[in-house]
Amino acid sequence: MGLVARSLARGTANAFDRRFKAAGAVRRQASHVFPKHHSFFWGEFALYSFAVLVLSGVYLALFFVPDTTEVVYRGPFEPAQGLYMSRAYESVLALSFEVRAGLFVRQLHHWAALVFVAAMILHMARNYFTGAFRRPRELTWLGGVALLALGIFEGYLGYSMLDDLLSGLGVRIFSGLLLSVPLVGTWLHWLVFGGEFFGDIWISRFFVAHVFLVPGLLIALIGMHVGLVWFQKHTQFPGPGAREDTVVGERAMPGFASNTVANGVCVLAVLGLMAGIFQINPVFLWGPYVPSQVSTYIQPDFYAGFLIGGLRLWPRWEIHLGAYTVPAPFWVGLVLPLVMFALLAAYPFLERFSTGDRAAHQVLQRPRDNPTRTGIGAMGLVFWGILFLSGATDVLAASFDVPFELLVWAGRIGLLVLPPLAYVVVRRICVGLQRADRDVLERGVRTGVLQARPDGVYVEVRRPPGGADRQGRPIPLEYGGARVDHRPATSPEPVGEEPR
Amino acid sequence: MTRRLRHGLLVLAALVALGGAYALLVPAPQTAGAQPGQAQIDQGRALYERACISCHGANLQGAPGRGPGLVGVGDAAVYFQVSTGRMPLARAEDRGYRKVPAPEFDPDTDQGRANLAALGAYIEATGGGPEVPAETGPELIGSDVAHGGELYRLNCASCHQFTGRGGILGAGRYPPRLDVATPEQMYTAMLSGPMAMPVFGDKQLTPEEKKDIIAYVLSVRGRNQAPGGFTLGELGPTTEGLVAFVVGLVALIGVAAWIGARS
Ligand code: HEC
Ligand code: HEC
Ligand code: HEM
Repeated sequence: MGLVARSLARGTANAFDRRFKAAGAVRRQASHVFPKHHSFFWGEFALYSFAVLVLSGVYLALFFVPDTTEVVYRGPFEPAQGLYMSRAYESVLALSFEVRAGLFVRQLHHWAALVFVAAMILHMARNYFTGAFRRPRELTWLGGVALLALGIFEGYLGYSMLDDLLSGLGVRIFSGLLLSVPLVGTWLHWLVFGGEFFGDIWISRFFVAHVFLVPGLLIALIGMHVGLVWFQKHTQFPGPGAREDTVVGERAMPGFASNTVANGVCVLAVLGLMAGIFQINPVFLWGPYVPSQVSTYIQPDFYAGFLIGGLRLWPRWEIHLGAYTVPAPFWVGLVLPLVMFALLAAYPFLERFSTGDRAAHQVLQRPRDNPTRTGIGAMGLVFWGILFLSGATDVLAASFDVPFELLVWAGRIGLLVLPPLAYVVVRRICVGLQRADRDVLERGVRTGVLQARPDGVYVEVRRPPGGADRQGRPIPLEYGGARVDHRPATSPEPVGEEPR
Repeated sequence: MTRRLRHGLLVLAALVALGGAYALLVPAPQTAGAQPGQAQIDQGRALYERACISCHGANLQGAPGRGPGLVGVGDAAVYFQVSTGRMPLARAEDRGYRKVPAPEFDPDTDQGRANLAALGAYIEATGGGPEVPAETGPELIGSDVAHGGELYRLNCASCHQFTGRGGILGAGRYPPRLDVATPEQMYTAMLSGPMAMPVFGDKQLTPEEKKDIIAYVLSVRGRNQAPGGFTLGELGPTTEGLVAFVVGLVALIGVAAWIGARS
C-alpha cells in the first residue's frame, strides 16, 4: 500500500518535472529560510480570515438577492410578518431562518470581517513599531495600507447592502458625505446612487463592488503583498547570528509550512467558535430600512468607528467660499481619513527623509531602539483610539452613567492633548528600557543578593552576562538591539560588584 | 398562574369599581360624598397626604421648588410613577429613576394594588386626566407583534433602541431599558409620557396599537430573540467590536505565541 502510494507520488512528481522543469525551483523555494517569531504570524491572521471571508461570502452570494424591489414578508420570522421590505432584506431573513446553516455562515462571515480588519491593524502596528517598512520593503508597506483602506471599504459595503434599519442609517450618512464634496459632490452621488438618495440601483451596485470589484482588488493586492514578502525574504529580529547579511530561521518545508497550516486551522477554529457562540448583527431585530424610523445606538462596525467619532467630535463649522458652502462633515468625514491614510502611506518616506537613513534593512528594531518612531506611532494610535471611542459616546455614556456632552468635550480636548502626551511618555519609556538593557550588559543582571564590602557598605551582587575580568570587574557587552534577559540569576556568583 | 389570575381579577374588580365611581363622580362632583367609591377615594387621600403632599401640595396644586402640580396627570401617571418606584421621591432633588417600589405600593401584592388604585382614584377624582386601562396583564398584550414592531421603531426606538436596550437623550437623561416594565407600566408610560418621553394619547396610538407595541417589546426582551447565540447585550456593533478584539484577536495572538514557542 505504502509502496504503491510512494511510487505514484514519485511518478506524478517526475511527470511534472519533465514537463515544467520544476524540481530546481521547488527545491530552492522549499529551502527558503523563514525567521521565526510569534508576531510574524499576525499577518497570517488577516490572510486566513480573508480566505474564510471569500468562502463564506460565496455561500452567502448564492442566496442573497441584491434587489431594492419592495415585497411583503411572508416567511417564518414572526416579528416581521406582513412588513414591507426590500427583496435584499427579505433574502437576508431567508438566509438567517430558512437556508441551511445560513445564520451560521452569516455570523462566520461577519466575525471574519471584524477579525480580518482587526488583524490587519495589529499586523500593521507590528510592522510599524519594528521598522519593517524600511528599504527595501516600502512597496510591501504601501500595499498593506491599501489593503487596510480597501478592507474597511469592503466591510462597509457588505454591512450596508443588507438594507436593514441600522445600516440604512449609515448609508444615509455616506450619501450626505458624498453630497458634501465641493464642486463634484452631486456628480459623485449620482455615480454611486444613480440619482436621488436612495434610488433603486444602489444595492446592486454595492453588491457588485462587494463581491466582485473590491475582493478582486484585495486578492491582487494580497498576492503582491505576500509575493513581495516571499521574494524579498522576511526580516528578522536581531539575535545570535542574525545580521543584515544572514537569515536565521526555519526552512519553508516542513518547518514553516507546518506552522502556517496550523495557524490557518486555528484561525478557522476561532472564527467558527465565535460564529457559533456569539450572535452578530441580528438584522432581523433591527427591522427593514424605513426613512422615517431611527434608533439609538446607531454604530458602524468597529473599523468605521473612527469616522463616526470624527463626525461626533467635529463642531458644526461650515466654511463659506463666496456663494459656496462647504458643509462641516466634509472635513472630518472625507478629508480627515484621507489625510490619516496619506500619512500612514507616506511614513516610510517621511522617516527616511528626516533621518537620512537610506540603507537597506533586513534586521528589525525593537520598539525601544527607535524612541522617536515609537513615540510617533503611539501618538497616531492614541489619536485613532480617541476618534474610535468617540464613535461610541452614546453607548459609553449610558453604560457608565456619564453625561454624553462631557464625553464629547473630553474627546475634543483629548484629541488635542493626549497624542502629544503619548509621544513624550512613550519616548521616555523607550529611553528608560534601553538604559535598563545597557545597564544589564555593562554591569550585570541583578541578583537580589546583598553583600557587605570591607568598608561596611552593602552592594547588590550582579552577574554580568559577559563574565568578569581578573580583577573581578564585569566585562561590558555591546548592546546590539537584541533581547536582554533581565531575570535575576538564580545562583548568584559573586563576580564584580558595583557601589551604589 | 391561578394566583396571578386571581390578582388580575382583583385589580380588574377594583378598576371597574373605580371606573364606575369616576363615571358617577364627574357630572356632579359636589355630591361625590355619597357615591360608592368614596371610601376608596378617602383612602387615596390619606395615602396622598402621607406620602405625596410634601412635594405635590394640598389638592394636587404642587409645591414651589419641590414638585409639580398633579392636576390633570391622571391615574395613569400615578400608576406608572408609583408602581415603578419612581414616586414617592426620597428627596426633591432626586431624579425619578425606576426603583423597587415602596412596599405599600408594590404592584405584586394585593395591598399594593389596592393602595395604587386608591391613590389613583383620589387623583382622578380631584384632578382628572388619562386613566389606567381597564384590562390588565395578558389582556394588554396585542396579537400583531410585527405591526407592533413597526410602530415601535417609528415611535419608540429613537429613544429606547431597536429592542429596548435604552439610549441617551443628552443632559444626563437616559431613556431606560425596557427589560422589566410590566404591560400595565408600559401602557401607562405611553399614556402619561414621563419626564422627557412624549405622551402617546389614544389619538397618536390607538389602544390596539399600544397593545401591539407591548407585545413586540415583550417578544424581543432579554434573550427572547437570540437564534445566533449570546446577544452581547444586543447593543449592536459596539459590543461586537469589543468581542472581535477581546475574544477573537486575543485568542489568535495566544495561538501564534503557542505555535511560535514550539519547533
Ligand atoms: C420628595 C418630593 C416628592 C415626593 C414625596 C413625591 N413626588 Fe411626585 N414628583 C416630584 C418631582 C420633583 C416630580 C417631577 C420630576 C420628575 O419627573 O422626576 C414629580 C413628578 C410626579 C408625577 C409626574 C407628573 C407629570 O407631570 O407627569 C407624578 C404622577 C407624581 N410625581 C406622583 C407622586 C405621588 C403619587 C407621590 C406620592 C406617592 C409623589 N409623587 C411623591 C417630587 C415628589
Ligand atoms: C423622546 C424620547 C422617548 C420616546 C420617543 C419614548 N420614550 Fe419611553 N421613556 C423615555 C424616558 C426619558 C423615560 C424615563 C422616564 C422617567 O424615568 O421618568 C421613558 C420611560 C419609559 C418606560 C418606563 C420603563 C421602566 O422600566 O420604568 C416605558 C415602558 C417606556 N418609556 C415605553 C415607551 C414606548 C412604548 C414608547 C413608544 C410608544 C416610548 N417609550 C417612547 C423617553 C422616550
Ligand atoms: C474581503 C473581505 C470581505 C469583507 C470585509 C466582507 C464583509 C461583509 C460584511 C460585514 C457583511 C454583512 C454581513 C452581515 O451583516 O451578516 C457582508 C455581507 C455579505 N458578503 Fe461580504 N465581505 C468580504 C468578502 C466577501 C466576498 C469575497 C463575498 C462573495 C464572493 C462576500 C459576499 C457577501 C454577501 C453575499 C453578503 C450579504 C449577505 C448576508 O450577510 O446576509 N463578501 N460582507
